[in-house]
Amino acid sequence: MKSCYLGIDVGSVSTNVVLMDENKQILGKVYTKTQGRPIDAVKRGLKEIQTQIKEDIKVKGVGTTGSGRHLAAMMVGADVIKNEITAHGIAALNFVDGVRTIFEIGGQDSKIILLKNGIISDFAMNTVCAAGTGSFLDRQASRLDIPIQEFGDKALNSQNPVRIAGRCAVFAESDMIHKQQLGHNQEDIIKGLCDALVRNFLNNLGKGKELVGPFVFQGGVAANVGIKRSFEEALGCEVLVPPHHDVMGAIGCCLLAQEHAIKHRVTAFKGFDIVQSGYQVKGFECEDCSNACEVIEILKDNQLTARWGDKCGKWSNDIKTDQEKLA
Amino acid sequence: MKVTFPHMGNQFIATKVLLDELDVDTVLPPECSKDTLEIGTKYSPESICLPLKINIGNYIESIRQGADTILISGSCGPCRFGYYSILQKEILQELGHDLDFILLDPPQGDYKKFFSRVCKLANTKNPIKIISALAKGTRILYQVDALDEIAYYKRPRQRKIGEVDFYLDKFHKEVRGVKGFQAVSELIAETRQSLLNIEEDPTKEVIKVGIVGEIYTIIEPFVNLNVERKLGEMGVQLDKSLKVSRWLTEHLYLHPLGLSMEKEIVKEAKPYMKTMIGGHARETIGYSVKYAKEGYDGIIQIYPFTCMPEIVAQSILPTIEKDFDIPYLCFIVDELTGDAGYTTRLEAFVDLLRRRREMKQNEKLLSGY
Repeated sequence: MKSCYLGIDVGSVSTNVVLMDENKQILGKVYTKTQGRPIDAVKRGLKEIQTQIKEDIKVKGVGTTGSGRHLAAMMVGADVIKNEITAHGIAALNFVDGVRTIFEIGGQDSKIILLKNGIISDFAMNTVCAAGTGSFLDRQASRLDIPIQEFGDKALNSQNPVRIAGRCAVFAESDMIHKQQLGHNQEDIIKGLCDALVRNFLNNLGKGKELVGPFVFQGGVAANVGIKRSFEEALGCEVLVPPHHDVMGAIGCCLLAQEHAIKHRVTAFKGFDIVQSGYQVKGFECEDCSNACEVIEILKDNQLTARWGDKCGKWSNDIKTDQEKLA
Repeated sequence: MKVTFPHMGNQFIATKVLLDELDVDTVLPPECSKDTLEIGTKYSPESICLPLKINIGNYIESIRQGADTILISGSCGPCRFGYYSILQKEILQELGHDLDFILLDPPQGDYKKFFSRVCKLANTKNPIKIISALAKGTRILYQVDALDEIAYYKRPRQRKIGEVDFYLDKFHKEVRGVKGFQAVSELIAETRQSLLNIEEDPTKEVIKVGIVGEIYTIIEPFVNLNVERKLGEMGVQLDKSLKVSRWLTEHLYLHPLGLSMEKEIVKEAKPYMKTMIGGHARETIGYSVKYAKEGYDGIIQIYPFTCMPEIVAQSILPTIEKDFDIPYLCFIVDELTGDAGYTTRLEAFVDLLRRRREMKQNEKLLSGY
């Protein structure tokens, strides 16, 4: 029986599940769209991983990350719950020795992570500006009626890129429409967009930071060769894209789970059978104060297993029973 | 006359005691909440900084409870806060609320005007009564700030996560119903004892972070998404560069006499900023240097979107980060109430600080010190 580790990254756009063995080899990976239903996405991911693996395995540790990490952790029984920044940093370190700068562009956010002597020394995360994320590219690709997979290759064919304002998604879009109506060809506009996104990323997140190579580029957008090229042109330096660039967060979780398993030797993993369980989410608005928190309740097979969303911690508090004693 | 005033962290407790002692009828605004924000953003100019919006929310919620006079403090630094009372008065007038504003501007040398305003508020000319009430309010301010200090120390060390805030929440609820210096002071002492009795877990590794930035956003937990509780429960002991008690003593009692407690801070800031540029930019820089020298693990700056003095400070802080080798994180707060992204960054920052400390300890072991 083979020992392995499970990593789950529940992001806003995609949910990724990775199974890694003791030697840090990836046995299976699943990249599935979250589509606003993280519970279904986690179940689907686990089911697919199960069908990918033919041999007999034993899960020795589980880690979760992404904005849905607490939900996923509650479902599968995770040993490690980590933020995306740490998870991505650890994964990149494992693939490129001595990496100093990580660019991570996902669907809804982008991050820059700086490392020194093998630990994260600084980071910045953009969560408000849409102009620097994958969703923006997605939207422009569909406006130009090009499948997003071909977007990058088209950019590489550009001879004479046009300049597109990249500071804001709204400016970029109107600028792009104007350039297109002037008659510039599609390749040049696409290349202009890639340049604009990279410019925005480096100005917004890299501001005031010293960027030193080796550079690693990961996240869903790293599949886009046009963006990779634009990064290389802007930095004047090679940018590495790891083979599993789209699931690096989940890989980071596997590595953290392995670390945890070595220290603690037990796992809280509930087994793959959980895909059979019915999960229900119920929400209600707490009316006890004017914050009107939207409290979420998670029911597993009609049994209440978790609650969150409240500011005061009245519903979710771990020490609820102790509190009664204290009162 | 029914007097109300805007919220700012624990300040309401002291202001209430001051007004209680002067026998002024008070309307305590409800705690800042989503409703407050909603009302505030609806009636304020879109591009103004966040504190004004929350203030407006506080006022309107109090007006609904019958308040007819507003007590606010003025500003000593040239930043937008100095115009708050004027703008707020106009906003409220346009909404049809013709309220009296009593501006408790620090005297800046003119004690006569200051006392005439206090007399108007207190409806008495008895100087003993006024001075005694002011002194009692100030004492309460120091007591609640001291209570916070204990909470900063206990939160990362408590054995049961959440215990500190159980007592603090209870205190905040109860203090609203208690009147006068004596009773409030007793309640504070009681809470203080409960906090001190909280069982500590000696195995917890505590890291230290200094919080700098704009005074309102670092003090009011509603707008900074309760950063002190979040950090505390992640195992961080913190210190804040600005406290209401410190601000009051500095501007009300010391400044008019030409004295200052901030000399050290001004000196620390000098290599980076020679003069006062408004707001608390110089304090932000000075305290960052001070925290770095005192061996804090990291610095977090918090300020409201569009705050000019803090933007200047923000552009200087990376230099301090390099000069003193201390990690720094910046948070800009605005109308956001969803805190997932915020928590992620805080968690990652705390992770970073922990790993750095581990590395440093390992280096020390290896080099044999």
